[in-house]
Amino acid sequence: WVGRGGGAGGGNDIQWCFSQVKGAVDDDVAEADIISTVEFNHSGELLATGDKGGRVVIFQQEQENKIQSHSRGEYNVYSTFQSHEPEFDYLKSLEIEEKINKIRWLPQKNAAQFLLSTNDKTIKLWKISERDKRPEGYNLKEEDGRYRDPTTVTTLRVPVFRPMDLMVEASPRRIFANAHTYHINSISINSDYETYLSADDLRINLWHLEITDRSFNIVDIKPANMEELTEVITAAEFHPNSCNTFVYSSSKGTIRLCDMRASALCDRHSKLFEEPEDPSNRSFFSEIISSISDVKFSHSGRYMMTRDYLSVKIWDLNMENRPVETYQVHEYLRSKLCSLYENDCIFDKFECCWNGSDSVVMTGSYNNFFRMFDRNTKRDITLEASRENNKPRTVLKPRKVCASGKRKKDEISVDSLDFNKKILHTAWHPKENIIAVATTNNLYIFQDKVN
Amino acid sequence: MFARGLKRKCVGHEEDVEGALAGLKTVSSYSLQRQSLLDMSLVKLQLCHMLVEPNLCRSVLIANTVRQIQEEMTQDGTWRAVAPQAAERAPLDRLVSTEILCRAAWGQEGAHPAPGLGDGHTQGPVSDLCPVTSAQAARHLQSSAWEMDGPRENRGSFHKSLDQIFETLETKNPSCMEELFSDVDSPYYDLDTVLTGMMGGARPGPCEGLEGLAPATPGPSSSCKSDLGELDHVVEILVET
Repeated sequence: WVGRGGGAGGGNDIQWCFSQVKGAVDDDVAEADIISTVEFNHSGELLATGDKGGRVVIFQQEQENKIQSHSRGEYNVYSTFQSHEPEFDYLKSLEIEEKINKIRWLPQKNAAQFLLSTNDKTIKLWKISERDKRPEGYNLKEEDGRYRDPTTVTTLRVPVFRPMDLMVEASPRRIFANAHTYHINSISINSDYETYLSADDLRINLWHLEITDRSFNIVDIKPANMEELTEVITAAEFHPNSCNTFVYSSSKGTIRLCDMRASALCDRHSKLFEEPEDPSNRSFFSEIISSISDVKFSHSGRYMMTRDYLSVKIWDLNMENRPVETYQVHEYLRSKLCSLYENDCIFDKFECCWNGSDSVVMTGSYNNFFRMFDRNTKRDITLEASRENNKPRTVLKPRKVCASGKRKKDEISVDSLDFNKKILHTAWHPKENIIAVATTNNLYIFQDKVN
Repeated sequence: MFARGLKRKCVGHEEDVEGALAGLKTVSSYSLQRQSLLDMSLVKLQLCHMLVEPNLCRSVLIANTVRQIQEEMTQDGTWRAVAPQAAERAPLDRLVSTEILCRAAWGQEGAHPAPGLGDGHTQGPVSDLCPVTSAQAARHLQSSAWEMDGPRENRGSFHKSLDQIFETLETKNPSCMEELFSDVDSPYYDLDTVLTGMMGGARPGPCEGLEGLAPATPGPSSSCKSDLGELDHVVEILVET
């Protein structure tokens, strides 16, 4: 396990402790409060969440109190704003949901913070800036803003800045609209910090952050005849270091790596990553469970991780024919696929994430369980995000699901799992062992135990 | 070929004495379950048209599943080739699932005029629905598996229907659908009843070998109810129309 700070561990396993939980307490979940995305910024100081109601809530980590060094700083609400509103597509007579599908932070260049947020159709660049001073002493304006009669001014003074209570303002700086016919599932900022891509079910577009009225289409898999459609794009991401390289995953379990230098339209991949199917596991549901719900490059750029319904796979970019590592998230569900198809759970899109040093990966499951896999020790752990363990610094107890046979004490049987409690979105602090785990409408923050 | 564990349960009944009969039972049970999966998939494809813009990924995956079943059934020989005149009949409203679910209603409906692409497809299931109890639905599902004529001959038109499903994903016009619903006599909420029969009824279904995902204690958020919740929503819209 990774020791503090993300370096090589000292042989001690990490002990995850409850830190905070955000969101409503009651079980009756308001639809608008359903969390739809979670993302740390590049320093880890800010944590953004998006919800189904189109709102973005940003939490800020308070500075570590050197005296009380038993825990890292807590995350408190920094800014809340309405990013997207519901819209109506008059041509198709359909509602466009305001749900925030993804948030991606830009690296900080000046005092303000910038992030991209997207719903199904429109991407917006938001500037979040602080204001802690206000000018006072205008000659022509009263303090409340009313204009003075110039004839009453007898002396002149120089306005000065005086401190005020901190105000955090979010303002939309760019709106990138009307470029997607289908639903946007991914946005990814390029390592050049000037361009970014947005992907929908059938197309990927390349944008410049400064230009909103044009985007370049770089991938188009729409067939000439829609009747022939059998595969869609499920996720896309830019390589963290190579500004010409990106990958996109499909509903058939393939990942294509594309090089934008090769041609303007990257319909022909440079590399195709696909694992041959295991014939002994073949069923009518094989394709559905092979559909990739998330793809994430490692921080190093050497590997990428994909999440399909039952597993997490790590791929070496130099090897296309199979992943280098495969981790089973909830193999006990394999015999339940039919029921999961019936209730649509088989279509749930789980995300996955790397820790800062790329040594541990994490993903969510059902019953508010989430899983971590240590790539070095090959050990894995299942933990639960629940208000029952909500005393700060309480170490989380590992959970275990009993697939069949005699259920041991403290184990939970597959049939008792609550499939409405799913953890789809998780995020790992880029530098520390702090994780954010989203249940349906609550955000949990866990930290490793600090002695 | 099916979800693990199902076949084993059937095979367990085999005895030397029953021999071939048991073998036939296993095969038929598999066909029945496969048919149920096909019906479920078709209903899912239709349901996703009813609400907001359908999730294209989900629709594509379901459609591919349906194609797989169709291919297998074609190889098995259980998928009869369509007679030319049957193909000319309006295929859109002869979707397999509606036949299975409401065969009693067919006699009254008669021939449908070939409807437009966007709305005709959804007219089929709505106008063909009739008040059926879960038990009735179950019997229809069972009997359809054994029936070699009747519904089978319409299945060849299935392929075209599937393609048209995709066209409707692009050209769907929900306001048109609501007009259609307002004329329907048979209450739409019966689809709820029918699906309940399909999902958790007393007869073996495709998930029979599985305990089902509902916890032992009755809970309001039972996993299999999410589809029904969707239906409730649709019902609310319709009842107000």
